Amino acid sequence: MTTTTGDERTAGAADGAAKRPPGATPSATAAAPGAAPGAATGPARARRSHVPADGTPTAAAVEQAQKEMLHEARIRHRTRIGADVVCEALIRQGVDVFFSYPGGVILPLYDVLGDYPELRHILVRHEQGGAHAADGYARVTGKVGVCMGTSGPGATNLVTGIGTALLDSIPIVAITGNVPSALIGKDAFQEIDINGITLPMTKHNYLVRNADDLPRVIAEAFHIARTGRPGPVHIDITKDALQQETSAPHPTEEEVVAGLPGFRPTFDGHPRQLRLAAREIARAKRPMILAGHGVLHARAWDELRAFAEKTQMPVAHTLLGIGAIDETHPLSYGYMGMHGWKHVNRAIQSADLLFAIGMRFDDRVTGNVRTYAPYARIIHVDIDPAEIGKNVAVEVPIVGDAKRVLEALLPIVEPVDPAERAGYFEQLAEWRRESEASSWHGSGAWRDGLLSADYVVQRIGELTNHEATYVADVGQNQMWLARYTGFRHPNSHVSSGGLGTMGFSVPAAMGAALGRPDRETWAITGDGGFQMTFQELMTLVQDHIPVRIALFDNKKLGMIRQWQEIVYAGNYHSAHLLGPDFAKLAEAFGIPAWKASRPDQVDEAIRAAQAVDGPALIWFEIAEEQNVFPMMPAGKGLSDLIETWGGADE
Amino acid sequence: MSADPSTNGQVPGQAPGQAPGVAPAPAHAAPPARAIPGSGQVHRHVLVAIVLNKPGVLNRVASLMRARNFNIESLAVSHTDEPDVSRMTITLYGDDVAVEQAAKQLYRLIDVLKVQDVTAEPTVEHELALVKVRAGERRRGEVIKLVEMYRGRIVDVAADSVIVEAVGTEAEVDALIALLRSFGIKELVRTGSVVMSRGSGSIQEAIRR
Repeated sequence: MTTTTGDERTAGAADGAAKRPPGATPSATAAAPGAAPGAATGPARARRSHVPADGTPTAAAVEQAQKEMLHEARIRHRTRIGADVVCEALIRQGVDVFFSYPGGVILPLYDVLGDYPELRHILVRHEQGGAHAADGYARVTGKVGVCMGTSGPGATNLVTGIGTALLDSIPIVAITGNVPSALIGKDAFQEIDINGITLPMTKHNYLVRNADDLPRVIAEAFHIARTGRPGPVHIDITKDALQQETSAPHPTEEEVVAGLPGFRPTFDGHPRQLRLAAREIARAKRPMILAGHGVLHARAWDELRAFAEKTQMPVAHTLLGIGAIDETHPLSYGYMGMHGWKHVNRAIQSADLLFAIGMRFDDRVTGNVRTYAPYARIIHVDIDPAEIGKNVAVEVPIVGDAKRVLEALLPIVEPVDPAERAGYFEQLAEWRRESEASSWHGSGAWRDGLLSADYVVQRIGELTNHEATYVADVGQNQMWLARYTGFRHPNSHVSSGGLGTMGFSVPAAMGAALGRPDRETWAITGDGGFQMTFQELMTLVQDHIPVRIALFDNKKLGMIRQWQEIVYAGNYHSAHLLGPDFAKLAEAFGIPAWKASRPDQVDEAIRAAQAVDGPALIWFEIAEEQNVFPMMPAGKGLSDLIETWGGADE
Repeated sequence: MSADPSTNGQVPGQAPGQAPGVAPAPAHAAPPARAIPGSGQVHRHVLVAIVLNKPGVLNRVASLMRARNFNIESLAVSHTDEPDVSRMTITLYGDDVAVEQAAKQLYRLIDVLKVQDVTAEPTVEHELALVKVRAGERRRGEVIKLVEMYRGRIVDVAADSVIVEAVGTEAEVDALIALLRSFGIKELVRTGSVVMSRGSGSIQEAIRR
């Protein structure tokens, strides 16, 4: 995406002093040659056209902007310009690292970046990787992640990452450059209506044409991204705004809030609704807590545990709710949904009360809504009122922040003696024993001694002492990771749940590793997802980011193959995937790699990768036809799980 | 029905399942199906949205309605007496839960200040239509008489046509247009409904508080 070379920088430096912000006053030199392109038609023949008439200020501004685009002259008047405002604002927001890729119109920012050593810039290999990295960073730190790109292709490459952040409610701020404002709408080089593209897939977005607006816009963007239900915010900044001189001050947080009268999230649950909830909980005999991502966003894990203990309600979690409760806690019941544990889904189907908090009854969680939890009354706590009643009708809606609602509920719910629930717990324990014994390969071998994926995931969990950050890709590897790793800590699991973005794990792990350098970071990926974004391996090397990659190679698009086997009568079109020699590939990047094809090679490879100071890769050749069970076929309900297919030892 | 988030929303749909505290029914008794939100009785709703007058706000509202699969029947936008505030009147079809969901989704837009479903409230609801009707010298009198009965106006006269301006509720405008059809309609434009609650209450004042 780069359009400039170093030569131009030096060439422009000489006359840098004479430069002034473009668009401020169209200079005579800009207007004079402007007559040249119009000469063919001649000013006399006035024609209706989108081209501004020669000699007008608009024509001069267009001319000036085109010259700026072509010559990329270096601007070195160290007065404060828009690009400085961006850097200052990032520092004020506590940003220490961001992920970006340069290009023509965002170069004014790169021109001043060197003056802000507090900001660590990671040069990604593709903007999508930058967006996922910002996402991974945000997920493990709870802070706002930042990614940037240039206009046009740079901006569109960010889009998949922004969509991933939207569907999982991740606070990121994506900044793009755009062509000079006078060229907007003229189909200029690398111009695309990125604001129109990101509009339906951000929490909010901005187009900034004036540097004076930048302090307010960036402060608003960070506030919106992290407040209430988090989400991505996109800021598009024209090149001239980045170059324009400005003395606009940065607003205080109070000023930001006052400037957003339409953005007032509700944090505290309504007292009447809280009392109703407490009453429902007191009456329930077979209650279940459904904990989602909102618990992690609100950092409400301690409150959740205290609440579960006081009310003696078992806690099931969604895919993104992993880590909301320590899986070894006696009240933790496990992962629900399409590939969740059978005992969890069974318990939901027989529950008389569901206390759903920070989750949104996604179709992967409910299956067919008509048959979902048929005996249950539902209390639904969410900070986004639009989530309540969207997918499932509920009895007690509570709009509020998970932490604040739990804090308010704790003193008003009646304590329950575990003995009162003895029968219920016994039933749950029995179901659990039954379901955990199936579809698990403790020996490490699937059929014919081939390496079983669930075993590998489990060993990664155990050998890292369950203390690492585990970043999933999408597909079978994601489900194995969710089911068999054994999660103990909040925000230790990173996964693209909503959008299901293949290629997510390696770049997201890059951001996660930078966000939590105190923990080991493992990217768990399949051979399909890995081949989508492995160019970021070089970023890991260049910036020395210690991500351990566990590559599950079944030489297949595993989840596609599984669906084709079970739903499409074994019509395996495009399920077979050719891959390179992944060890040689890693070696070419300068990354040490190990290969494990048998159960007895697994531990050694994991330990070797752990010992590396920097990125490492393990190539696990797993059984090619292993499925993730149980599985809920599309359109079916939680009671219709498929547990075996074909062989007896699935 | 207001979808103000501070009221914690409201209970949509009816209670599925049975009273709490009852053990699951035996397997042979099929449990009642859970209602799917939005599958109820469809009827016409009128929403009033007060929004910040910022570039792109109409695009945001229209984009949201499209993306969330809500079917807008009409959408009228204009300034208010406050220069930075615009007002939208949106008419759409759906069941109560679906329309409440539309209102809640509108609230998620940063530039939206207030959304109110005024369907069940006493309101004044009007729209304006301009209808170019075929009317030569012979039939012009007939058209004029009809238009007067509906308290419309003739705003332009040409040799073989007139432009009729009709103001009223959607149903009144519909009725006049139906009658004019027999003369032959050359051209028709309608603004879509604008609506205001009766009485002294003010949605704009409610925001300022």
